[in-house]
Amino acid sequence: MITLIFLGKLADQAGGPAREVPAPLDWAGLLGALDTGLAAQVASDRVRVAVNGALLADKTRLQAGEGDEVALLPPVSGG
Amino acid sequence: MAADIRLLAEPFAPGAVTDAFAAAHPRAGGIASFTGQVRAEDDVLALELSHYAPLTLPGMQALGQEVLARWPLAGLLIRHRTGLMRPGEPIVLVAAAARHRRDAFQAADYAMDHLKSDAWFWKREQRADGWHWIEPREQDHADLARWRESPA
Repeated sequence: MITLIFLGKLADQAGGPAREVPAPLDWAGLLGALDTGLAAQVASDRVRVAVNGALLADKTRLQAGEGDEVALLPPVSGG
Repeated sequence: MAADIRLLAEPFAPGAVTDAFAAAHPRAGGIASFTGQVRAEDDVLALELSHYAPLTLPGMQALGQEVLARWPLAGLLIRHRTGLMRPGEPIVLVAAAARHRRDAFQAADYAMDHLKSDAWFWKREQRADGWHWIEPREQDHADLARWRESPA
């Protein structure tokens, strides 16, 4: 399994801070695993993706395997 | 010299931390510190900061290294809260100790601007009608751009 971590308001939209999905997972698989609204958010330029704590320069090249943690990071709040 | 950078899940007293920092750097001629606290506004009941452990503290440590490389400091300290805070409670403390004040002021200012717009924190406010996520502010990005246009 792969653990998806939803940060910030993505957690509200996902209905919780974490979710497990089957391995392996690529970009198309990630978007397919999410509701349409949430997938659109995750696909927007403003959301970054990290695998096991390493930010991806190009999230569309996501390749996650068994036991990986994939974090979805919306813009930070500032304020 | 390593920066002293910590995430805190519980309330802290910035004054006591700054005093200890000053005592630890007797050879520094000046210490500049900044404390950010939860604004007491009429309808804000609480502020909650969430973070992502694999990124947040490592990112703050990288910022600390950047600050130390940019200014000749005797010491750099950052404390940042996570979790639930009430109006008036401290959120963040930055302190920079230097031989001369200009370096201390600029280093603390730079660290704060980058903590605000670059560090991995998400904030939401509790108001009478529920929780509201705080969106990024344009001003924070403008504050950051300042350092790129005119390197100190």
